[in-house]
Amino acid sequence: MKKIVLTLAIGFAFVACNNDDDTTPTPVVNTDVNFTFTQNWDGADIQNSDYETTEYTNANGEVLTLSKLVYLISDITFTNAAGETFDAGDYNLIDARTGSNASFTPNIEIPEGEYTVSFTYGFDDEDNIDLAYNDLNSSDGSWSVPGPLGGGYHYMRLEGKYVNTADVETAFQFHNVRANRHSSLPPGPTTLVELQDTSIEVNLGTVDITTGTSIEIQMNVAEWFKNPNTWDLNVLFTVLMPNFDAQIMMNENGQNVFSRGAVTVTP
Amino acid sequence: MKPKGHILLLLIAICVASCNTDSVTIEPEEGYVPTPLTLEVPQLFEERLLPPVIPEDNPMTEEGVALGKKLFFDPALSLDGSQACADCHRPENAFSDPRQFSVGIDGSVGTRNSMPLQNLAFNFTEKFFWDGRAISLEEQIFEPVTNPIEMNNTWPNVENTLQEIEGYPLMFERAFGSSTIDSVNVSKAISQFLRTLISGNAKIDRFLLGQEELSPSEANGLAVFLDEGRGDCFHCHGLPANPLWTDNAFHNNGLDEIITDRGLGGVSGDPREFGLFKSGSLRNIEFTGPYMHDGRFATLEEVIDHYSEGLVFSETIDPLMKKVAEGGVQLSEEDKADLKAFLLTFSDLEFINNPDFQN
Repeated sequence: MKKIVLTLAIGFAFVACNNDDDTTPTPVVNTDVNFTFTQNWDGADIQNSDYETTEYTNANGEVLTLSKLVYLISDITFTNAAGETFDAGDYNLIDARTGSNASFTPNIEIPEGEYTVSFTYGFDDEDNIDLAYNDLNSSDGSWSVPGPLGGGYHYMRLEGKYVNTADVETAFQFHNVRANRHSSLPPGPTTLVELQDTSIEVNLGTVDITTGTSIEIQMNVAEWFKNPNTWDLNVLFTVLMPNFDAQIMMNENGQNVFSRGAVTVTP
Repeated sequence: MKPKGHILLLLIAICVASCNTDSVTIEPEEGYVPTPLTLEVPQLFEERLLPPVIPEDNPMTEEGVALGKKLFFDPALSLDGSQACADCHRPENAFSDPRQFSVGIDGSVGTRNSMPLQNLAFNFTEKFFWDGRAISLEEQIFEPVTNPIEMNNTWPNVENTLQEIEGYPLMFERAFGSSTIDSVNVSKAISQFLRTLISGNAKIDRFLLGQEELSPSEANGLAVFLDEGRGDCFHCHGLPANPLWTDNAFHNNGLDEIITDRGLGGVSGDPREFGLFKSGSLRNIEFTGPYMHDGRFATLEEVIDHYSEGLVFSETIDPLMKKVAEGGVQLSEEDKADLKAFLLTFSDLEFINNPDFQN
C-alpha cells in the first residue's frame, strides 16, 4: 500500500533551514481530517427509517425497497499542489442502515493546506488480500469473498426487495466484488479463469484542509442502477458475485455514485 | 499466596463453616490476587479473527473459571435445588438441549430451543439469546436463574443458598476477593467458565490448516455452501475466513408466513425486526439438534429441505432467502447429501469430550 508520509519533523527541518530573512517562519500545523458518509436516492436522504419502508423507483422502472447497505472504502489520499501524496493506507466499512462507521478519521496527520482528496471504493488489488484483515473477517458474518470466487473482500452488499414483472415481491442481492470469470458455473475450486480489479478510484476535488475539517462523502444509491447501464433487476437480481459481466457493469455504473458533500470546519 | 497460606485458610474456613454457618466471612489475604488465565485460542481463530471479548471488569482467572464451572453444574441455583444450567445446556450436545423445549423446575415448558454454548467469547456483536436481548454474557447469566419457567429462583435466595454451602465462600473469596456472595460475582464466574468453551478442532479446521482432506462428497458440500446460486450459506454462516461459522446476526429465514414469535423485534419494538432470530453456529451441528429457534426441525435433512424448498414469505424475510416464491433454491438430492456431509465436518469431539467441560 502506498504510504508517502511527510512527517512533522521534515516540516520543521525546512522551516529551521529557511531563516535568512527577518520574518518569523510560520510553523507547520498538522491536522487529521474527518470524513462522514451519507447516502441518498437522487438527492433524497436515506435514513435508517427509510430501510424496508420507503419505495424507490430505479431507472428501469422497478419499485424497490432497501434492506441492507454496507460498503468498504480504502486509501483516502491527499495530494498537494507539488504532487506529494499523504495516505494512511487504512480502510473503513460503513453500515449505512445502522450508521456504524459513518464517521471516519484516517490515521494520519497532514500539514494544513490545499489538497486534492481521493479514495478507493472497495479494495484495489494491492489491498484485496485474502484473509488479510481480521476485523473484516469478523465483520458482518464475514466481509470476505469465497475462495472459488477469487477470495479477498466484498466491496458492497446492497440488498432489498423489488416488485418483478410478475408483480411478485422478490429479493435482490446487489453484491459488488472483484470481477471473477469462470470456465463454467456453478463456481468451484477449479473454475476460476480471470480476476479483474473493479474497485473505483474516486476524486473528490480540491479541499482546503485546516484543523477541524470534516468532509462528507455522499453515495447516490440510484446511480448504481442508472448510468451508463440501465440496470434491469428482473434479469440481474441474484447470484451476481460470480457474474463477471454484472461486476463490470457495477464498476461502470459506480463511476458517478460518489460525490463530495459539505466541507465543514469545527474550531 | 504460598501453599502454606492455602492450607491454613482452608482449615480456618472449614472450621468456621462447621461451627457457625450463620455468619461466615473470610477476609482476603493481604496482597492476594487471583491467577490470571489466558484463553487457549485455536490457531485459525488467532490467524483470522479479532481477539476474544474479555470485559475489563471481569478478567479471566483460574479461580473464576473453576468457580464458574462449579456453579454451572450446581442445581443449587434453582429454587428447589433440582436444576443446574447444565441440565438444559448439556456438554454432549455442545451445551444445548436435545429436547425441543427445555423444561423448568415446575414442569413449565419454554417456547424456544436451548442455544448451544460455544465460542461465546468471539461473539463480537455481544448480543446473546435468540433475540439478542442480553448485551453481554454477564447480563445473559442473570435471566435463566429468575425466569419463572426455568430455575424460578430469586437472586437474594441464590446468594443466601450459596453462602451457606461449604466451600463456596472460600471459592468466591479466591476468585473475587470477597467471601460475601453476590449475584454479580455469580454471573462473572459463570461467564468466565463459558468463555473457556471454545470449539476449534473439527475436521473443517484441520482441513483449513492443511492437516486433513475432505472427502469428495464433503468437498462438493463446501462448494454448495459457498455458491450463491445453490446453498449461499456463507452470507449468514461464515466461510473459511470466519471460522466461527455464524455471523451472530439476526435474520428472518422464511420459516412462517405469520410471525407469532417476534424475536429481535420483540426486544426492539421495531416491526422491521419481527421474526428475526440469531444465526446459529454450524459448529457441532451434529450434536445441537433440534434446529431453529423453536426447535421445529429434528434433523439436518429437514433443515436443508427448508432452505431448498420450504421457504415461505413474510414481510421481514431476509433478502438472502432466494427464490422464495418457489420455496427455495431447489437443491439436487446429491447436493443435499453432500451439504449434509460437509456440515458433519463441524463435529469437534475434542470439545464435546473435553474433561475440563464436564462435571
